[in-house]
Amino acid sequence: MQRIINDPTCVVEDMVAGYQKCYSRLVLQTDNPRVLKYKNSPIPGKVGIVTGGGSGHKPAFIGYIGRNMVDAVAVGEIFTSPPAKTFYDAFKAADSGKGVACLYGNYAGDNMNVKMARKMAEKDGIRVETVIANDDVASASKTEREKRRGVAGEVLMWKVGAAMAAKGGSLKEVIRTAQKAIDNTRSVGIGLTPCTIPAVGKPNFFIEPGKMEVGIGHHGEPGMQVADIKTADEIAAMMLDIILPDLPFQSGDDVVVLVSGLGATPVMELFILYNRIFDILQDRNISVYRPYVGNYFTSLEMMGATVTLMKVDQELKEMIDLDVECMGLTQF
Amino acid sequence: METAACSQGAVILEALIETIHTNATFLSEVDGAIGDGDHGINMDKGFLKTRVVLGDRQVQLSEGLDTLGNILINDIGGAMGPIYGTFFIEMASACQGCESINRADFGQMLERATHAIEELGGAKVGDKTLLDTLIPANNAYLAAIQGDMDFKDALREMKAAAELGKESTRNLVARLGRASRLGERSRGYLDAGATSCQLILQAMADAIINLLNEHRRE
Repeated sequence: MQRIINDPTCVVEDMVAGYQKCYSRLVLQTDNPRVLKYKNSPIPGKVGIVTGGGSGHKPAFIGYIGRNMVDAVAVGEIFTSPPAKTFYDAFKAADSGKGVACLYGNYAGDNMNVKMARKMAEKDGIRVETVIANDDVASASKTEREKRRGVAGEVLMWKVGAAMAAKGGSLKEVIRTAQKAIDNTRSVGIGLTPCTIPAVGKPNFFIEPGKMEVGIGHHGEPGMQVADIKTADEIAAMMLDIILPDLPFQSGDDVVVLVSGLGATPVMELFILYNRIFDILQDRNISVYRPYVGNYFTSLEMMGATVTLMKVDQELKEMIDLDVECMGLTQF
Repeated sequence: METAACSQGAVILEALIETIHTNATFLSEVDGAIGDGDHGINMDKGFLKTRVVLGDRQVQLSEGLDTLGNILINDIGGAMGPIYGTFFIEMASACQGCESINRADFGQMLERATHAIEELGGAKVGDKTLLDTLIPANNAYLAAIQGDMDFKDALREMKAAAELGKESTRNLVARLGRASRLGERSRGYLDAGATSCQLILQAMADAIINLLNEHRRE
């Protein structure tokens, strides 16, 4: 392992401590060291936005705590869902009395822990509703959409749900728009190298040199097939061929595009990929309403990228356009 | 009627902690084949913390199991934290206030724990999860006591069914949890949860059998 760490079992503690020192103008620690919140949360009269999940995906999840974005985050061990109590503490940190929208990804552990945390919150009279992201096209067939994982599309779901909350929307409205966002979002990932959980010390999967895992998940879950690495232009075409027919995205559509690195791919290469994605979309008369290219949702030091498209109407455009300030995404 | 004294809770808890700690690396390796390879690390963390929290106290069985369950739920997370946490908390509440447990009491504990996990995770036999160990083990135990087998033999029946159940996961395609994303590629490997569940049931059964034997000698 070529890593900049101390005790491999304490990487999450050490990371949270450093993050907080860096972003103290935006983020506060709560009584639970595994729950961070926006410094002004709970904001009176605003629905609280909560997410959470295993660590190792920086900027996700704590990098999306901020103004007009996520209010509180439950932080788990590397690739391990946070305990129910941690989600519950995040609900408490975010709730102003107007309810909490817990917007998270479709993983067995998160589903169970959020379910248990909701029961705890109900006893306190905190209303919690959920939207479960399932944007990863490669993780199950279209007929089994409820089985699909949530990946980088979660960022767009948070952006939209948090914007509705910031504009004063009710819990019902926040849930409706966040659900609408994810229902209109599709993603696919490719992995070129594996990643290593520091405490495990070795990769738990293998990708042969010259090959790529098409449809890889955010924890190295195998995808649809192993293929030879092709040129960036060919990879762009292949990824769009998986995403576009699934919604389907059609001529005349407006889309938000999010190209995220998986951790170790140079950002330069993400722009090489985006260059072709833009052209293919233009050829198909699909307009890019707003692009995001960078490391938005990573998987430790995996090489590879995810491509996410969200079809936007007037309402989603307004939500996407709202100012936002957090480590992972700042726009004015 | 054979009974195990609940005042011996610490002995049973220590057996559970020891089996997970001894097998932590093995469990991570099993998990690494089709999962992310941290099952043993996470379980060990929770069980070792329980050892520290309980210390040298002679806890009642219910309190010991409840402590373990709460640590798993509150500190470990993942999918296994809530699953095993629920398992031990349900067992604890089924024997709360008991001075001793007989074969029917243990049947209640096992039955309640099994149903609670079924309800929480929604898995069924054949999905390649820990329920492939737990459900046959529970059924075998219930059948044994209904057939008037004594406590120790019923526990042995449970152990044997747990072992068979665990082995059955080798030929299954995962339908739930992270390994389900592998489809056919998950065949040929043990399920990590089914493996740890077998270890837990075995340790629990052996510890109770020992207590019953000691009781007889006294």
